[in-house]
Amino acid sequence: MASVALSEAEKVYIVHGVQEDLRVDGRGCEDYRCVEVETDVVSNTSGSARVKLGHTDILVGVKAEMGTPKLERPNEGYLEFFVDCSANATPEFEGRGGDDLGTEIANTLYRIFNNKSSVDLKSLCISPREHCWVLYVDVLLLECGGNLFDAISIAVKAALFNTRIPRVRVLEDEEGSKDIELSDDPYDCIRLSVENVPCIVTLCKTGKRMGKVLHTSLQSVLQKEESLGPKRQKVGFLG
Amino acid sequence: MALEMRLPVARKPLSESLGREAKKHLVVPGDTITTDTGFMRGHGTYMGEEKLIASVAGSVERVNKLICVKALKTRYNGEVGDIVVGRITEVQQKRWKVETNSRLDSVLLLSSMNLPGGELRRRSAEDELAMRGFLQEGDLISAEVQAVFSDGAVSLHTRSLKYGKLGQGVLVQVSPSLVKRQKTHFHDLPCGASLILGNNGFIWIYPTSEHKDEDAGGFTANLEPVSLADREVISRLRNCIVSLVTQRIMLYDTSILYCYEASLPHQIKDILKPEIMEEIVIETRQRLLEQEG
Repeated sequence: MASVALSEAEKVYIVHGVQEDLRVDGRGCEDYRCVEVETDVVSNTSGSARVKLGHTDILVGVKAEMGTPKLERPNEGYLEFFVDCSANATPEFEGRGGDDLGTEIANTLYRIFNNKSSVDLKSLCISPREHCWVLYVDVLLLECGGNLFDAISIAVKAALFNTRIPRVRVLEDEEGSKDIELSDDPYDCIRLSVENVPCIVTLCKTGKRMGKVLHTSLQSVLQKEESLGPKRQKVGFLG
Repeated sequence: MALEMRLPVARKPLSESLGREAKKHLVVPGDTITTDTGFMRGHGTYMGEEKLIASVAGSVERVNKLICVKALKTRYNGEVGDIVVGRITEVQQKRWKVETNSRLDSVLLLSSMNLPGGELRRRSAEDELAMRGFLQEGDLISAEVQAVFSDGAVSLHTRSLKYGKLGQGVLVQVSPSLVKRQKTHFHDLPCGASLILGNNGFIWIYPTSEHKDEDAGGFTANLEPVSLADREVISRLRNCIVSLVTQRIMLYDTSILYCYEASLPHQIKDILKPEIMEEIVIETRQRLLEQEG
């Protein structure tokens, strides 16, 4: 995350402001910045979305490919996440600097989708134990302006909503060999229901008050001053 | 907890139809400014093939026979006498390194700094060891440019009681080309907050202190909580400055004050929304043009 140097007096000002529910830019402790969502931005993917939250810019692309189901879940397809913190976002991500953050975000996304209710994985199955749809979700951080987890969860939800998976039929021959047939109509596709995909809300504890995620400068304040309590809670809401 | 989502819309440029007498001559690198060879070339230009060509993107300024191009987006280039707001990045042997959004870190020598109590004496070894007690890494200061070195680095001084360490407030970083050069850069606005418009693009908004007694240029920062009314004024001013910057309006006390008054009917956090930002800035521009004409 981008870190900002602050003077003692500025930190005190920010903390007192949070306690009175008035942040530096006039927002209350529970207000988000304006979010801009756009879907279907990348043409050669099955689904994509771009989310802008203040200065944070996230691009998500979903590609649907055929693969074999996992051994412990033969009736379901699965999702694979990859988060790329590009060096464009902030100079700290140069070289391998962004890898740690990328793996942390990817692991969080795996945990969110690792249950029955987020996405209906059974609809991704083509034929049990043999073929299923694998959705490769690639997250690209274009600009880092704070509150990455929230923006990424919104972007992933929007991209999955936009995903179009082609409809396939399995034909069985006399010998028993299976053939997969793609429908001729390019608009004949299945869409995922993303009603139950969770959105992450990041909360920060500053001083004596629990507020929603704050200005980036305050996140660095929390990282520096133990006395302010640098506990960042990530809560997922279903629906 | 309300979350506002919107679809992206193409940004409309602010209409030029509000009437401007002299159109600015804007150039990009490589543009020919003039083919007349009688002019002396200033900053931002070079001579090529008998023509004067621009090397930066900006507006052309002409003073008698001197042509120069003033860049629109640039790092701060120091000039003697400028007021700057800077952040201490390093504490070195007899000086501090200050970050002022320029190409090189600026320098604040220990001898250019006022001692507490306003005493004038030679700085001793104990003063060197106590440097961190005055200014630490991360502190904000207001200072004046004393000299510019040959490599472009700027040397600062805080040799007056109005300069020194800054206390509680909000810092806004803008492009240096948007801060208008004026007689004074310290403003006490009637709405209840004070501004320091640094020439380097760092703008400091702070609550006006009631008692004006200056003790050592304010080395001891006042850490008492600022009242909610003052906070609202400061946040509103910060959002107004951000709106003016997005529409590239020059920043000076009158424009900021007009923008503040235009924003009063809206809530502070609504000023950040693009459509309200546009509305406020259009009103500010109209008032400024009326005032000029």
